[in-house]
Amino acid sequence: MIIALIEHDRGKLNESSLEMLTLGRGLGLPLHAVLIGEAARPLADRAAAFGAATVHVVQHERLAEYAPEAWAQCVVELIESLKPEAVLASGTDRGNEVMAHVAAQTRLPMAANCIEIKLGNPCVVTRARWGGSLLEEARLNGSTHLLTVAPLAVEAVESPARSPTINTVTPTLDDKVFRVRVSGRVEAGAGKISLAEARVVVGGGRGVGSAEGFKPLEELAELMGGAVGCSRAVTSLGWRPHAEQVGQTGTRIAPDLYIACGVSGATQHLIGARGSKHILAINTDADAPIVAAADYAIIGDLHEVIPALCAEVKKAMA
Amino acid sequence: MNILVCIKRIPATGGKVSLTADEQEIDTRHLGFTVSPHEECAVEEAVRLIEANGGSSAVLTLGAEVSTEQLRDAMAMGIDRAILLETDGREWDAGSTAAAIVEAVRADGMNFDLLLFGNEAADTGDYQVGIRVAHALGLPCVTGIKSLEIKGGGAVAKREASGGWDIFEIPLPAVVTVKEGINLPRYPSFQGRLKAKKKDIARAKPQWNGNQMEKARLKIPKEQEHQVEILGNGPGAAPKAVEVFQKLGLFQK
Ligand SMILES: Cc1cc2nc3c(=O)[nH]c(=O)nc-3n(C[C@H](O)[C@H](O)[C@H](O)COP(=O)(O)OP(=O)(O)OC[C@H]3O[C@@H](n4cnc5c(N)ncnc54)[C@H](O)[C@@H]3O)c2cc1C
Ligand SMILES: Nc1ncnc2c1ncn2[C@@H]1O[C@H](COP(=O)(O)O)[C@@H](O)[C@H]1O
Repeated sequence: MIIALIEHDRGKLNESSLEMLTLGRGLGLPLHAVLIGEAARPLADRAAAFGAATVHVVQHERLAEYAPEAWAQCVVELIESLKPEAVLASGTDRGNEVMAHVAAQTRLPMAANCIEIKLGNPCVVTRARWGGSLLEEARLNGSTHLLTVAPLAVEAVESPARSPTINTVTPTLDDKVFRVRVSGRVEAGAGKISLAEARVVVGGGRGVGSAEGFKPLEELAELMGGAVGCSRAVTSLGWRPHAEQVGQTGTRIAPDLYIACGVSGATQHLIGARGSKHILAINTDADAPIVAAADYAIIGDLHEVIPALCAEVKKAMA
Repeated sequence: MNILVCIKRIPATGGKVSLTADEQEIDTRHLGFTVSPHEECAVEEAVRLIEANGGSSAVLTLGAEVSTEQLRDAMAMGIDRAILLETDGREWDAGSTAAAIVEAVRADGMNFDLLLFGNEAADTGDYQVGIRVAHALGLPCVTGIKSLEIKGGGAVAKREASGGWDIFEIPLPAVVTVKEGINLPRYPSFQGRLKAKKKDIARAKPQWNGNQMEKARLKIPKEQEHQVEILGNGPGAAPKAVEVFQKLGLFQK
């Protein structure tokens, strides 16, 4: 059997978990989902709809807030009692974190961000490295394989839903595993369009030339109801805050349109823009990699092109 | 306070990479080397914390002799001393890397209040070396940190969560893995470079006990073939671009 850790925040499901379940149910073994904390119990039906035949709800009065070591301890107890072939989680901040704690505690190997899994001994996986710009085929030796699934590697597809068998378990958790837990929260600023969720992103690279040079990009983003993004060259120069950086060590965006202005299109930047439905590149250099990666391109100086775009958008919207 | 930072030498790729004939490595014949941006920020954070609180900082890497280049870069930014865990250049998996780091921490006479790591290495992206080290040393660990404040005997660490922040209050000593954005790393000064050049690097040769996760080979993912439509040159292309925006339905509410 396989156990699959469903990621949630105070009962709100992280949708990557559904992709993980979709991949997991195709591996040829019964799939059991794990929900940690009472707040997650209502997610049992979603887990079943995506392939979990059994759902373990882990109940404990101190599990209301996320605590990585405590979550890992719950998984370790399930490994000991159920002896699964593999444990799956999503390759998100929390998924990778909890699984790494499980790995550290059990001294088992862990493969992060898998896109293909062949169970067996050894277990053979294909996983994302370099933020997804390279793949690795790797073999894992161990009694239980600890694997996280790269987000967006598979599409979440429902399976014919059954009503799941629900099993409630109460773990023994000592104080130590609560040393690190969420003790406070700052909610997202209301009204601001977040970069990760914006429908249009206007991104600027070194070609913008200065912090002030971003004014026209801001105007275009505002006209189109979008957000401003940038490259690492720009954050390193201190022109824009890191929160706006698109790429491997920044934010991954998924807009309908990404307008990349004065960005060369380095691999680490493109990785972050891969979720874009369409890319429009504005660059003086027709041979820049961003142009090859784009659907549309304007060859020219962004300082002339963007004001013209703003004027034209205003006309179209009038 | 005493701080250890762990960094890893990686090829500085940007454009398309090619692999060596045996598909084990990136072909680095025409590439320079660097460390992950997360680790560069970890180094900067260590330097700032020591500037503010006093104490001493050390940087450590496990890798081949050539990795001394990255250790010296970190010392040029202001780290006090460096430790090289020298290997023959083969890839150590996360478990064996962590075990070697743990052994080196125990062997080092200094008691570290803080061990800083990158959230993930840029090349392997294993997401686990810091956490494995924390467990072995019995220390608490917070990951993906973009803000760190030392307060009394502990620290307040923040990590981004769905547009907002999760806050963690942790006791010290602790392991903290950081993400780029926690600070803006300084460029090493000329003097810093000179000083770093003269410093000794402590060395140890950890024992190789084999990997639990074996790399069979690397692969370059297939990119989907697609065509780019050039809308025109210069500002004259704007009307055509706006036609495209309309076609994509971007002006509908
Ligand atoms: C491990 C690692 C992680 C990284 N993570 C990230 C990341 O998360 N995000 C990221 O962006 N980068 C990342 N990088 C850095 C990346 O490799 C590139 O260095 C960076 O993306 C380059 O930024 P750029 O395109 O703005 O600058 P450049 O490469 O300098 O490109 C500038 C472009 O602007 C064009 N241009 C110049 N003037 C004009 C003008 N007037 N009008 C129009 N076009 C003009 C030029 O033709 C050129 O194409 C990472 C690197 C490493 C090693
Ligand atoms: N060979 C190494 N030497 C020193 N530190 C390392 C090494 N490999 C990984 N690390 C540290 O552990 C972090 C996480 O790595 P990983 O778990 O491989 O993604 C990195 O950002 C580094 O800070």
